[in-house]
This record gives sequence, C-alpha cells and structure tokens, in this order.
Amino acid sequence: MMWVAVVIIGIGTYLTRLSFIGAFGEREMPAWMEQPLRFVAPAVMGAIVLPAVVQSDGALALLPSVNPRFLAAVIAAAVAYKWRNVSLVIAVGMGSLWILDWLF
Amino acid sequence: MGTPGDIRQEGFNDGVRALAPLLLAVIPFGLVLGVTAASTAVGGLLGIGTSPIIFAGAAQLVTVQLLDTDTSIAVVIVTALVVNVRHLMYSATMAPHFSEWPRRSRFLLPYLLTDQAFALSILRYETTNDPAYKRWFFIGAGMGLWLPWQLSTIAGVVLGAKIPDSLGLGFAIPLVFLVLLIPVVQTRPGLVAAIVGGVVAVAAAEAPYGLGLVIGALVGVAAGVWAERLGQP
Repeated sequence: MMWVAVVIIGIGTYLTRLSFIGAFGEREMPAWMEQPLRFVAPAVMGAIVLPAVVQSDGALALLPSVNPRFLAAVIAAAVAYKWRNVSLVIAVGMGSLWILDWLF
Repeated sequence: MGTPGDIRQEGFNDGVRALAPLLLAVIPFGLVLGVTAASTAVGGLLGIGTSPIIFAGAAQLVTVQLLDTDTSIAVVIVTALVVNVRHLMYSATMAPHFSEWPRRSRFLLPYLLTDQAFALSILRYETTNDPAYKRWFFIGAGMGLWLPWQLSTIAGVVLGAKIPDSLGLGFAIPLVFLVLLIPVVQTRPGLVAAIVGGVVAVAAAEAPYGLGLVIGALVGVAAGVWAERLGQP
C-alpha cells in the first residue's frame, strides 16, 4: 500500500511539472490560479512546522519540561533566520533538544 | 560561435556549476530523509525509492512522515500533491522555453523541474537566447541535483539503520522545513499564510483521516491571498 501511494504521488508530481509545458498547450496561467499558488509554500511549511513543535502526544505543550522541542525550535528558528544553513540549523536544533532533554 | 556540441557541453557544465553551491543545503536534507525513512515503519528501501519516483524533497519528507502515522493512504497522497502543486507555477513559467525544444525533451525533462533547477534556469534564461544552451543548462542543473539527491538519501538510510530512536532524529524534519520557511515569509502576505496555516493545522490536529495538514495549508493559502488583497490600495 505504501509503495502504491509513493508511485501515485510520483505520477501526480510529474503531471504537475508537465502541465503547462505539455498538456495545456503553453497557455498562460490565469491570475486566479497564480495568486493562490504563490502562498502554497509558506502555508504548507507553516502547517508542517508548527504542529510538529508545539504539540506533544497530540496536546498543546510549550514548557520545556513537557515538550523540549518547542524551545529547541525557537532557538533553531533564530539560527535559521540569521544564517539559513541547513546543516547548522539541524546541528543547533538537535543539540538544543538533547541539552533541554537532559536539563529538564 | 562554437559548434552545436560545444554549446551543449557549455550549457551542461554551466548548469552543474550553478547548482553545486546549493548541494550544501540539499545533502543534509537528503540525509534526514533517509535517516527518517530507515528508522520508521516506512523502511529504508521505500525511503530510497521515493527519491527517483517522486524527486521532490518536501513532498518526500511529508510522505515519509505521514506514512509512519495512522493517516489514511488517500490523505497521504492528497497532502503530498498539495505540497507539490507549486510546480504548476514553474511549469507555466518554463513553458515558453520548453516549447523551443524537441518533443521528446518536452515530455522527459519536466521530471527534473525542481525548485532549484527552476530558479537557476529562469535566472540564466534572462541572459541567453540559444535553445540548445538553455536546454542543456537545465539538464545540467537537473542532473546536478538528481544524482547527489539519490546518493544522500541512500547514505541517510545506511546511517539511519545505526542511529538509536532515543536521539529523537524525527525532529530534524521540522528543522529542515524551518530553513525552507524563512525565505517564503519575507513578505507580509507570505508570513500571514505561514502563521495561519500553522495555527489552523494545530487546531485541526484531531481532524479525521489526518487531514490537519491539508486543512491548515488550504486556509493558510486563503489567508495569504486575503492579506495581499488588503495590502493593495
């Protein structure tokens, strides 16, 4: 089942990439489509990141004693804002998580 | 002017060279993907499989993450495709350039149309008009990303099999997205879309079938559009 899902996602991804190049005959993208598409990236990323860092076992948890991931994410966000270096952010974020885990 | 072969080689080399600095961000991303897949129910083999089959990092991470939860398969598919719907925009922008290329290229090369290959190519196309150069630049950037992406996913799976769960490496997924988030929240409507998307996804965390992410994303998109319209006089 998991393989089927991945293959369907792969085909769907290829078709969105092909869309205007192949099938739609190079028509220009209508404005009603273009505007929302510009906000897909921030909306999706926000929807991935926030639940992953503010919840613990399905409940809202911000205290480092219950959910050290929130504070670790805040520290990592500051680093990401300043440097935008993936390796650095992963190192700082994971390091913060382990230290907070050990402290509390 | 060089011969056609020279132009192709030049385009390909320039594409590979333009992409190379981005690998600093791509390789850790691929490693995280592989490590996560290997240490969850998804497994290393399918984790590696997502890289040639989907070849879109953000969607692959989301897929691996959701397949490890009790999210229904249909919702996993819908969520990943929502993450990837931005490619419509790239396709529309690239279409006039692709139309100059042989038919077979027009159908094969969109497979390589990633965020990175798109951004680099469209920038380079402002300063060149040669269709052969443009095509091979795209192939160079596309392949320059493709191969390291496959290898870093495999390396991640090999590493992941040796890393204990207690290290909490699943946290690396939101960390990667945090870095991707920074450049897209530089405008006010972008920031609104991200915050609303996040808050709604948290509020909808208990939504049936694991639909929380999709609901958050859709409301976030609407909020971004609304914020942009408010901002226009």
